[in-house]
Amino acid sequence: MKRVLAPLAVLLVTSLSLMAQQKTVNIVTVNNPDMITLKKLASKFEADNPDIKLNWLVLEENIMRQRITTDVSTGGGQFDVIFIGLYEAPIFAKRGWLTEMANLPAEYDIEDVFKSLRDGLSYEGKLYALPFNGESSMLMYRKDLFEAKGLTVPEQATYADVKKWAEALNDKAKGVYGITLRGKPGWGENMAYVSTLVNTFGGTWFDMEWKATIDSPEWKSAITYYVDLMKAYGPPGATSNGFNENLTIFATGKAAMWIDATSGAGPLFDPKESQVSDKVAFANAPIEKTPNGSHWLWSWAFAIPKSSKAAEEAKKFALWATSKEYAKMVADETGWATVPPGTRKSLYENEEYLKAAPFAKVTLQAMQTADPTNPAIRPVPYTGVQFVGIPEFQSFGTVVGQNVAGALAGKMTVEQALKASQAAANKAVKQAGLQK
Amino acid sequence: MEETKLSKWLFGILAWLVAIIIFFPIFIMMITAFKNEREAQSLSLIFLPTLESFFEVFARSNYLKYVWNSMLASIGSTLLCFLLAIPAAYRMAFYPTKKTQSTLVWMLSTKMMPAVGVLIPIYILAQTFGVLDNIVGLIIIYALINLPIAVWMSYTYFCEIPGAILEAARIDGATIWGELWHVLRPMTVPGLASTALLLIILSWNEAFWSLNLTSVNAAPLPVFIASYSSPEGLFWAKLSAASFLAVAPIMVLGWMTQKQLVRGLTFGAVK
Amino acid sequence: MSTAPPPAATVPAAAEVEAKPSPVLALLQLPSVAVLFLWMIVPLAMTIYFSFVRKNLLNPELTGFAGLENYRFLWEDPAFWPAIVNSIILIAAVLIITVVLGTLFAVLFDRDFFGKNIATLLVIAPFFVMPTVSALIWKNMMMHPVYGLLAVVTTKLGLPAIDWFSTHPLLSIIIIVSWEWLPFAFLILFTSIKSLDQEQKEAAAVDGANPVQFFFYVTLSHLSRAIGVVVMIETIFLLSIFAEIYTTTSGGPGTATTNLAFLVYALGLQQFDAGIASAGGILAVVLANIVAFFMVRLMAKNLQTR
Repeated sequence: MKRVLAPLAVLLVTSLSLMAQQKTVNIVTVNNPDMITLKKLASKFEADNPDIKLNWLVLEENIMRQRITTDVSTGGGQFDVIFIGLYEAPIFAKRGWLTEMANLPAEYDIEDVFKSLRDGLSYEGKLYALPFNGESSMLMYRKDLFEAKGLTVPEQATYADVKKWAEALNDKAKGVYGITLRGKPGWGENMAYVSTLVNTFGGTWFDMEWKATIDSPEWKSAITYYVDLMKAYGPPGATSNGFNENLTIFATGKAAMWIDATSGAGPLFDPKESQVSDKVAFANAPIEKTPNGSHWLWSWAFAIPKSSKAAEEAKKFALWATSKEYAKMVADETGWATVPPGTRKSLYENEEYLKAAPFAKVTLQAMQTADPTNPAIRPVPYTGVQFVGIPEFQSFGTVVGQNVAGALAGKMTVEQALKASQAAANKAVKQAGLQK
Repeated sequence: MEETKLSKWLFGILAWLVAIIIFFPIFIMMITAFKNEREAQSLSLIFLPTLESFFEVFARSNYLKYVWNSMLASIGSTLLCFLLAIPAAYRMAFYPTKKTQSTLVWMLSTKMMPAVGVLIPIYILAQTFGVLDNIVGLIIIYALINLPIAVWMSYTYFCEIPGAILEAARIDGATIWGELWHVLRPMTVPGLASTALLLIILSWNEAFWSLNLTSVNAAPLPVFIASYSSPEGLFWAKLSAASFLAVAPIMVLGWMTQKQLVRGLTFGAVK
Repeated sequence: MSTAPPPAATVPAAAEVEAKPSPVLALLQLPSVAVLFLWMIVPLAMTIYFSFVRKNLLNPELTGFAGLENYRFLWEDPAFWPAIVNSIILIAAVLIITVVLGTLFAVLFDRDFFGKNIATLLVIAPFFVMPTVSALIWKNMMMHPVYGLLAVVTTKLGLPAIDWFSTHPLLSIIIIVSWEWLPFAFLILFTSIKSLDQEQKEAAAVDGANPVQFFFYVTLSHLSRAIGVVVMIETIFLLSIFAEIYTTTSGGPGTATTNLAFLVYALGLQQFDAGIASAGGILAVVLANIVAFFMVRLMAKNLQTR
């Protein structure tokens, strides 16, 4: 017994002291494929940093957002690393809830990160979050179906083209729909796409006096286009189709076109997850009157709440996870096509990446031209391409989304939907004190 | 009522038909758990079963930790609930006052407040008392939200006890404790057991407070499930596998306690 | 808070034995009621307080007494009355479906047949599944008009697929919620039926009652207490149905599936406005009390003792 006691005691003391020195870093993230890979590879980080233990909480996007906001705004201190987007970052930074990402090491090469993302994640010139992935939106289509009908897609199509193609390719008998688009109500669901449609049709959410401009002719033509197109050439059940459902629809070969996030390209390309992996091609998101705001800009980024007790370690992790070295790690693990896209210029200069990911070129162009500070045909008081960067947007944006879905489902006319949305938006900004 | 053999047979078939129809969605979920993601997109019943999705689920999250937390929260809160509810129900059933009935109704009506309305005050309270992401906090919350049901159901079972029996025991000189332990307990255990099962199920599946008040340490199964329902990425097979794993413990519990459940929910004929 | 004349107290005979509650008893009851009271009062008080001030987590500058502003924001919202109507329709429909089907199935299963135990377990199974998962299964595997089971079946039969969530959104939610709660109603009614005396059955047979008459006069009255329990418990939960709506329709299209709980979420919680969310919570409690008032009236007879 004595023989065992001594080494046991040593072990105990060592592990206790190690635990005492070990800092836990609580991370909360969304569960898209990129994050799953990150979680897996994070064991390498822990191996390199034995004094840091990572704890993960993985949630669905909307729940995660709610959870994070509740905690950060009440100083709850539950999380050390949070995953936020272009929408929350400036809002949280303005409130002073985030620690600044300052004194970044030179090897990290912050200049390599796209300027649009850096600006979007800053407040008053200071950076508050490190982008993990970035996306815009684009047109994805079935090149085989297009070839069969002798149609070609130019690099930059218009919505008039889209309508023509949808008509030509719609084949209900074969179970193939001309086009599928988001319809599920939500400010980050259907309205993410619809906002870009409205932008390119020349509409805006508010004028410079913060008066809502939803009952404008531009909104009317955009929403009418959307509703008519989907009714004629879209799949049924559109109002419950979000990103996921449309990805399934396209991946199982049931749609000829899909306009949605550039991050949808990866799974579509993977023969393990898609039945059309060899038949899909990509082009810029279509435009109508103006290219401004025709494709969105979004990024998921790591930030550190001020209430965190492990800020140093959290920063270490955030830097590690968004570095060039991490991208190489992912490439080695699962191939270049699965590297988190849309954050660094260097990725798009990498030959291997361009070879493995044919959607890279379109993604790069989209990322570089999407400008949240200039999202519409005329100046507007807000930033954001597919959102209005004010806290109230989550609410009235969703109400507008519900109304648009109502029009799509035929439960109300486009005019009624616009009128109700106009009222909701005005009410919200008046309540917020933005509209005098 | 005489039944011909044929009609008996027909009714049996009808009952089975009902059972199958009701169970069908769960059946679909269960078989999807054994497919990989690509197969999961179609609804074919013919496929090569694989444990791939289960492995992925186990690799991605610490399933056992979630189960442990769920068990702690469900059983702990149910025990706490009974500790508080039984004395109150006892008092209300056997020594009712004018206020008893209105107290009961008031207890029920407070349960009708939607959780979304009180999230922020409760979150702030939990923060103040330092029980965020703490299994104790969850136990307390669950016990308190289920307390009205526990009180109400215990009260109903106690009311079933014919007063004469208790009276007889008292005349025989039994003390309060004796009364409770030797007379009351055997007659109400079945009913209380099924109430306990109901409370455990409700706590097990509770998906609002568990998501909002826990993060990494005290997270129970609903959080585990939430990590598989995502707006970005194909997930049907994994979600089915995860749901299967989340439902299985409680289904097993339900199966094992079937007899008690059936006996316990009997109303009126405590013979 | 109770607004109803209390139904006749179910007072067992023990009360006639004039046993004054001993101090031990009073002590026993005290913690429970005291804790319950505290639990109800503290969050309730905080909620009432928040409902009268401006408190937005994302906009900490907005402070001050708001008077009835938060309430007005809610009830002047065009979605408010539809939300109340939807809440009531949802509750009523689910109650009717679960109680009627629950009773019928309970009668059906009250006989011996092959594999009865397994069949019973199958019927009870839906109650064990998490509401979010149920909603996802129904939304994507059953009701989806492109790749859902129901669509596959109907198209094979040559009929067009029904777009459940677009054309019949509230009905779809009702179906999902009824499916979740039917097992509960079934279980309670089923076990209640088991206690129906063999003697009563024989007596009725002697009296020459046919099955239908037996059902209506004997079975139903025996079940009335159990039905009362089912109705009370289901109502509590149905008033705050949230997860199913959130997962499937997000309250739409338009406001077709917005109930009061979802409205509170959409207008209050989603923009982290504790003031509006609290006002919504209070309004829900008011609605709950009104519903309880009518419910208790209806059930008064059933809650009476034998």
